[in-house]
Amino acid sequence: MSAIFSLAWKSLLNRRFTVLLTLFAIALSVVLLLGVETVRRDAKLSFANTIAGTDLIVGARSGSIQLLLYSVFRIGHATNNISWRSYQDIAALPQVAWTIPIMLGDSHRGYAVMGTSADYFQQYRFARDRSLHFAEGGPFVDLYDAVIGAEVARALDYTLGQEIIVAHGMGATSFAKHDDKPFRVAGILEHTGTPVDRTVHISLEGFEAMHVDWRGGAPIPGMTISADEARAMDLTPRSITAFLVGLESRRDVFRLQRAVNDYRQEPLLAILPGVALQQLWDLMRVAETALLMISVCVVVAGLIGMLAVLLASLESRRRELAILRSVGARPRHIMALLVSEAALLALLGAVLGMLALYGLLALTQGWVEARFGLYLALSAPGIPELRIVALVVGAGCLAGLVPAWRAYRYALVDGMTLRN
Amino acid sequence: MADDFAIELTDVRFHWPGQSRPVLAIDALQVAAGECLLLRGASGSGKTTLLNLLAGVTTAQQGRVLVLTTDLGRLRSSQRDAFRAAHLGIIFQMFNLIPYLSLVDNVLLPCRFSRQRRAKAVQRHGDLPNAARRLLSGLGLPLDDIGDRSTTELSVGQQQRVAAARALLGSPELIIADEPTSALDTETQESFLQLLFQEVRAIGATLICVSHDPALQPLFDRTVEITTINHSVSS
Repeated sequence: MSAIFSLAWKSLLNRRFTVLLTLFAIALSVVLLLGVETVRRDAKLSFANTIAGTDLIVGARSGSIQLLLYSVFRIGHATNNISWRSYQDIAALPQVAWTIPIMLGDSHRGYAVMGTSADYFQQYRFARDRSLHFAEGGPFVDLYDAVIGAEVARALDYTLGQEIIVAHGMGATSFAKHDDKPFRVAGILEHTGTPVDRTVHISLEGFEAMHVDWRGGAPIPGMTISADEARAMDLTPRSITAFLVGLESRRDVFRLQRAVNDYRQEPLLAILPGVALQQLWDLMRVAETALLMISVCVVVAGLIGMLAVLLASLESRRRELAILRSVGARPRHIMALLVSEAALLALLGAVLGMLALYGLLALTQGWVEARFGLYLALSAPGIPELRIVALVVGAGCLAGLVPAWRAYRYALVDGMTLRN
Repeated sequence: MADDFAIELTDVRFHWPGQSRPVLAIDALQVAAGECLLLRGASGSGKTTLLNLLAGVTTAQQGRVLVLTTDLGRLRSSQRDAFRAAHLGIIFQMFNLIPYLSLVDNVLLPCRFSRQRRAKAVQRHGDLPNAARRLLSGLGLPLDDIGDRSTTELSVGQQQRVAAARALLGSPELIIADEPTSALDTETQESFLQLLFQEVRAIGATLICVSHDPALQPLFDRTVEITTINHSVSS
């Protein structure tokens, strides 16, 4: 059998050009299939790793996925804020161990600016049980202190003491700027691989101070309050966007969720992060499946291309098959030769595709993380990858049966008669 | 073995499926072991069918085809393939070689399909590369001079010598050559055949050569006109 395999190998080598093109087609399809799988898996992992240790997220009543997306992933916007009174009421409930208020809506050069309390840096957990650490500096102390995530610091090349002007609203090119109340970088967080990296954190009071002379998204005409004048004012926020809740005992989670949802003073929504994340996966499954189907189709197209090449060459190889028969090759040897060629092509294509994907990941890893906040792990191929490669090679062998069968027929019909 | 026939055909009838008229009807043909026989016949005389019968690619509907005392009609198709791999060397008219194999790989091809041929070649020449080298230089193709090159760089005459070396590798008992010299020019025809005879005799094999060319007749031990033994043509 190894004799047949080496024959198949030499026969492929002899047709380098078409074989190489076929290899590339298969490799490309494998890159796509494995790439989709990798992005899917790592996106899920990075989403799942973003929040941990939080029992409930509370925001204005809307959809649970929407609340999860804007409060934790900085995707989309809150339709409504919740009043500070409601926050205080719920935070005071006996089952509640800690709360982290979140105020969103402004940005700095495209990065979300989030108003929160200093508790955030102690209580926030991600990737199961990791807490935030400071690479430099510390939490905000002064009203106009800011703490920036690792990606913000890296991309904008900010160091401690850097002045930050917050723009009103989201988007990198906002016209309205809070340039009368500049902030100063007081701390830089270590890399987390979560949206925290792309967030500028300030105190709730600082967030409020920026807006004391604003109403309804615009400065109040004729009213200017300087940064120092604002310090003397009462900067208790009137409202916040959402808040994270940690409980004394996890057993209370559903009771508290119901209490929040039944809160009479204001329509509120409490969600369990894990449940909302699961709903998000369910929502994404359709897109995932569609993407997977497309990649599978591309693989099939690649294999059909291989089939076409093998079949097209077969007619001109009838002489070769007759010669092999004359030196004692049996029809099943001829069949094995053709299947081996297909198997070799599929295997080499799959391996080439895998290598290309790893090369591509290594090259674009940094860019993808900076651009999309998605960390693509460069890990050794796991069971899912090997399964995909095995499937491609298996499908290649199956496809090889078609030219093999024709060659087998030729071998029987032609015998040793040399055609053409 | 000397008093055995290498080939013995008795009352052989062969017709294509669906046709009642046989293309081959031979009452008797005997070839002694060690004989160099010329089977002469034009195309359409049934010589291709006869060769296919001798090589075990097809079987006759009637009669007995004994090759090296083995009744090919009693063997299953896979057994005939194995028999051919072990005992027969075959040379075609031209384009005998596998284009993607080197010269030496082409010569060693029978070893890939027959353990017996491989063992004999090793026994006779020490190892396989040496077997290929000895056979090629015996046929006037010294490897040391031309090197193990791609077969596409060889002339037609050189290709025929490689094909002959391949047929002789591992000392098969029967060599079948189908118009081996028709692609060669007249000067090289005779020298090729002389070298072939020499090597065939060295391993004690029987040679059956098919050709339409009457000029080759004097070089062979015996000549048989296919038209005289195959009465499906004359009748």
